[in-house]
Amino acid sequence: MSMDPRDIKGVSPWLQTNWDARAAGNFIGGGTGTGLLAVAAMLGLAPAGLFAFIGLAFVGFGLLCVWLEIGRPWRAINVFFHPQTSWMTREGLVAMPLFALGGLVVLFGSNLAMLGAALVGLFYLYCQARIVSASKGIPAWRHPAIVPALISMGLAEGAGIAMILAPGQGGILFILLIVLRLVFWRLYIKRLSADGAPIGTLKAFASRQFVYQVGGHLLPVLFLGAGLWLDNALVMGLAGFLVAASGWWMKLILITKAAYNQGFALPRVPVRGQGRPGESVKPGWLAHDRLTPSPSYGAAPDVNRSLEQIRGEDSRLQSKPSKGFVFRRSAP
Amino acid sequence: MTKYVLVADLRRCVGCQTCTAACKNSNATAPGVQWRKVLDIETGEFPDVRRTFLPVGCMHCDDPPCLTVCPSTATKKRDDGIVLIDYDLCIGCAYCAVACPYQARFKVQDRLSAYGELAGEMAHEAARFDPAMIGVAQKCTFCADRIDEGLANGFVPGKDWQATPACVNSCISNALQFGDLDDKDSAVSRLLAESQSSRMHEELGTGPNIYYIWDDAP
Repeated sequence: MSMDPRDIKGVSPWLQTNWDARAAGNFIGGGTGTGLLAVAAMLGLAPAGLFAFIGLAFVGFGLLCVWLEIGRPWRAINVFFHPQTSWMTREGLVAMPLFALGGLVVLFGSNLAMLGAALVGLFYLYCQARIVSASKGIPAWRHPAIVPALISMGLAEGAGIAMILAPGQGGILFILLIVLRLVFWRLYIKRLSADGAPIGTLKAFASRQFVYQVGGHLLPVLFLGAGLWLDNALVMGLAGFLVAASGWWMKLILITKAAYNQGFALPRVPVRGQGRPGESVKPGWLAHDRLTPSPSYGAAPDVNRSLEQIRGEDSRLQSKPSKGFVFRRSAP
Repeated sequence: MTKYVLVADLRRCVGCQTCTAACKNSNATAPGVQWRKVLDIETGEFPDVRRTFLPVGCMHCDDPPCLTVCPSTATKKRDDGIVLIDYDLCIGCAYCAVACPYQARFKVQDRLSAYGELAGEMAHEAARFDPAMIGVAQKCTFCADRIDEGLANGFVPGKDWQATPACVNSCISNALQFGDLDDKDSAVSRLLAESQSSRMHEELGTGPNIYYIWDDAP
């Protein structure tokens, strides 16, 4: 299958519109909430009830977003019907013990329940990442490298919120999670580009990559360092906000701006009359980090080429069979 | 066993969109929703330029990603291979729509009419409106109702029009054929044996069941 950077309307991949910012809200809220629970449990941040409440509020916000997105919200209970294969069902099922354990933390401040909520929250985060990767129709989502990328994003966003709520605590974990997020994101982009993706997807990421890497990773580390040096909670909180907000922004991009669908492909160009079958065509796709069309497609056609020149370049036109043209042949 | 497939002979298709119109007429789909449509694809570079018409729609995959992800079990696959949606179970999450690599699924949120709100609904639109299809996923059914009724009356899908999908019945050039791939004597089995064909996005492992013929067998 040859990838062809040319855009053919209605055939080349186009931006999906089935999931919008509300769907992104689920991944933002779920990732940040469960990330916050995990970071708070790891660092033993107190009061545990406050962190659990805010974490659950984020998760609840995400679920509310989904509820607002579905076409038949009063049938939402049906979401629990397919745990055998659907990661969306599993996410819904995991949400129940998550809220139960989180509720125990809020009510009684139990550290054991906090640990349980954090572990269940990690599985919830994993479910969310798998929801995205099971979306086979969207090349940017179905790539396996999206799973660690989304999990590390959730954890880093949670660390960002934790840094706002408890400035200066867990600085090393904060930096570690930022680095982890950056590494997995870069790996995702690199592998996606190498494996091939719709041009629109690659462009959507490429145009925002610098801002995301600097604003969401380099600046927060600098702000945290400055905050610790100056002993300024506001600057440290700003570092946390930048990490969280940049993650939310990139998830919004992932769901609403980079989510080009598979598009259509022509398995083989058919024989027409006395012609030959043509190669397969997959318009609107690109691989190997080539964000600009290849020269043969990008260059303006030279309308002044003479027929002799064309004939010279095209070997099929150089010789004429003695018994007339017989172009038909079996495919390789 | 029975396995229904659609075969599109790309050498024959002229892109007239009669199948598109027949499908819309048969299934009363909303404006902008085309369970069956024909793409017009121009490829190649001068002087070797080609134009191909490619009928697309739900591929009724062997391993449908839409079925795997559906949280409500609304999407089901019958024993004869046809993938259907239970509109009364579907919650309209559109997960199936983003899971389908063939862009075959639609979700209509509002009651629409072809000429817009000002002109209002035409009589047939009002008569055929189905509220069960609002806010849920919908797609090509291979005209399963017609097949079932035809079978119940002794007709053979792909051979008798009474048991054959509307798009296939309407095709002016016989480019579309429908039938049972497990029946070695069916038209689709014979056609595929006599020709070279491919399926779309096979590399994704979905096992699509629309075959595209592009040349005679070597």
